[in-house]
Amino acid sequence: MNAPAAATLCAPKDFKSDTKPVWCPGCGDYSVLSAITKALAALELRPENVAVVSGIGCSSRIPAYTACYGFHGVHGRALPVATGLKVARPDLTVLVASGDGDGYSIGGNHFLHACRRNVDLTYIVMDNHVYGMTKGQPSPTTEPGWSSKLAPGGTGLREFHPLVIALASGANFIARAYSGDPNGCAALIAEAVRHPGFSFVEVLSPCVTFRPEQREWKTRAHPAAVEPTDDPGRAARRLMTDDGFNIGVLYKGARPPYGAARAPAQSLEELAWPFRL
Amino acid sequence: MHPQASVSMALAGSGGAGVMTAGNMLLEAAAQAGYYGLMTRTSGPQIRGGEAAAMLRVSTFAGDGQDDAFHVLAAIDWQNVQRFAAELPLAPHSLLVGDPAQGEPPEAFTRSGARYAPVALKKLAGEVAGGWPNMVALGLLAALLGLPGAALEAAVRKSMKKGLEAGLAAARLGRAQAAGLPQFPLAAPPTKAPRWLVTGNEAAGYGALRGGVRFVAAYPITPATELLEWLAPALAGVGGTLVQAEDELASINMALGASYGGVPALTATSGPGLSLMVESLGLGVAAEIPVVVVDVMRTGPSTGIATKSEQADLGTALYGLHGDAPHVVVAPNSVADCLAATEWAVGLAESLQVPAIVLSDQYFGQARAVVDAPPAANGTSARLRAQGAEGYQRYAVTESGVSPMAIPGAPGLTYTADGLEHDERGTPSSQARDHLAQMDKRARKLACLDPGAAWASVEGAGDTALVTFGSCTGPAREALARIGGGIRLVSLRLLAPAQPARLAQALEGVKRVLVLEQNHSGQFLRYLRAEYELPGEVRSLRRPGPLPFRPDEIRDALAQWSAA
Repeated sequence: MNAPAAATLCAPKDFKSDTKPVWCPGCGDYSVLSAITKALAALELRPENVAVVSGIGCSSRIPAYTACYGFHGVHGRALPVATGLKVARPDLTVLVASGDGDGYSIGGNHFLHACRRNVDLTYIVMDNHVYGMTKGQPSPTTEPGWSSKLAPGGTGLREFHPLVIALASGANFIARAYSGDPNGCAALIAEAVRHPGFSFVEVLSPCVTFRPEQREWKTRAHPAAVEPTDDPGRAARRLMTDDGFNIGVLYKGARPPYGAARAPAQSLEELAWPFRL
Repeated sequence: MHPQASVSMALAGSGGAGVMTAGNMLLEAAAQAGYYGLMTRTSGPQIRGGEAAAMLRVSTFAGDGQDDAFHVLAAIDWQNVQRFAAELPLAPHSLLVGDPAQGEPPEAFTRSGARYAPVALKKLAGEVAGGWPNMVALGLLAALLGLPGAALEAAVRKSMKKGLEAGLAAARLGRAQAAGLPQFPLAAPPTKAPRWLVTGNEAAGYGALRGGVRFVAAYPITPATELLEWLAPALAGVGGTLVQAEDELASINMALGASYGGVPALTATSGPGLSLMVESLGLGVAAEIPVVVVDVMRTGPSTGIATKSEQADLGTALYGLHGDAPHVVVAPNSVADCLAATEWAVGLAESLQVPAIVLSDQYFGQARAVVDAPPAANGTSARLRAQGAEGYQRYAVTESGVSPMAIPGAPGLTYTADGLEHDERGTPSSQARDHLAQMDKRARKLACLDPGAAWASVEGAGDTALVTFGSCTGPAREALARIGGGIRLVSLRLLAPAQPARLAQALEGVKRVLVLEQNHSGQFLRYLRAEYELPGEVRSLRRPGPLPFRPDEIRDALAQWSAA
């Protein structure tokens, strides 16, 4: 891919690759891709200094659709890959893309520990309450009564609440976005990237194929009528009681991010001294 | 007894008795006196307390194996030490030392015919303010070996920070008890050359750093934890980082992420962790990301015996990855080789852009040994990096199979590393021709590898061959030395990719092959049968862990076969 000359600022299109997405027409993830490219341009970054890391699922196809360095790993493990990359290469801007199955089910444990570790990452989860790539199974955020071939009559399980979990686990920035508003989504992603530490952006991104009723989300999403808080108690009440369609920054903490490596202070020779007889 | 080239001593007792501390000081004293030596350990499952034994062998020659029997077994107390009786073989010429206040030695030991010498360790320790029975035992054992008092004192001074004077006084009291007991003097020490005192885990950690590793992610697991605990401050010292991951799924993926970023990366684990990592090792194969996993094997399956050794992860290391997934498996064959083999594995992973597994084991990992100082590093094998080019293709099909790798930050070379099958550019592809081209390319990287002489340790000549790997090598080498010639030893260090032409050459003219390994099902034998042509008649000598092979049983197996 040919990057623009270093002196010029990149436009959103400079962050898009020429690979054609596998997504269905009308998928919310197109808008999230667009929002990411807008955010990166607004942040005045360059594609070669950004890495987009993902696991497996529809949303996890995003890295190859950007012109950034991409990593499309195994199911559920995007956060550990991104953690290793960012700790080893703190100079890079690292975005992590995931979905409700990849991020909250198979990768759930990594979500908890990424929040607590607070490495300077931006975690964008495209939540459509369904497994799309495997064609329509319930995910952790699916409503208990949603009927499918794998769970006829519904799972009967209460939904996972990612924002509350993120707060309880120590995420430093928590926002909810809606793919139907790519500009608003881009602004939230840009703010998440700017915020130090682990930033979590849950994006409501409809699956029009397996959950066509999610087209109605456009009438439900609304801007959060609140200012971001740095008080976890207030944030917890807010997240526990909102309607799930409150769009905006809901929590902004001030925890220092995970420390980076220090400059070398010892030679390999010195390390061997204790072994010598 | 006449001066011996090798004397073995074990010190046992319940937890808190300080047997490991005293054992380490005895090994240090022997090293100070110019000897080679080795200390392995056994312990019960308790977190703290419980019985434990330090097993030492001091010798005039370098070696990694324990002998057939211990010359001396000393016990601070006998509480449950008989549980280790199988790991503490004695002979009629052996000496049992115990504190009469702690009861008589268990029948499990006395039935060997060993002589018993009661020594009031606790009472003697009580004669010194702040004295401990383990220090009395230390002084006694050092005297039985004929170690100079100065060497013992130097070792105690080096190890003890608190209570040094009391420790020295107790050790001197112990020394005085040796008079009148059977002695087990060592022959004169060899010419003093530069030596190291190091555990296999430390050696592997140091080898990793020498190979260029600057990122480690890992989850604690016995018996690999010490490797990580050594690396944590060492990595920080050289400007690297160690991240404690939430599980092994995370640690291997963190390592892959760091390596994708251009920083050579490693994780260390044992069997259960290796099983959790194999899916992502396949990702390393498909996306061609260098990474090293040190597997310090313990007995399995499942949790098995977490504190004891076995060579039973071989199958998982070689064949555990799903799909056709060519990768590297290296097995160190001595404590010292844990350094060289790990350094080598890092170089292979980096230069071939593949995952490499280092098959160490608990025996090596937790053994502390006096080894010849390792030769200087011979330069790290660097990754082939992409230079700025139009139309960069990350997975370009090349003659060697290795394609230049772009590192994030480099303009004009962005690509997506992918576990999905892909074309040369890295774009996901489900086409048969792309799959075949990439499979061929990934296989070719390993097929083109020329490991030189490093593929195996090949020693001796004769029409019988002993073929083995890993921690069976030390006892095997010693068995052949006792036989005195006529048998070849082949200890494989590069297990994958297999080197059939090299083994065929090493076994040319051989009529009998004895395959030696420490697992129940003969995983190594089955691997040899699958990947190599073995000449003549083939027999298997194997048993599961935790009992290590002893030189005489290998010698006897060979002798019986020759006689048949």
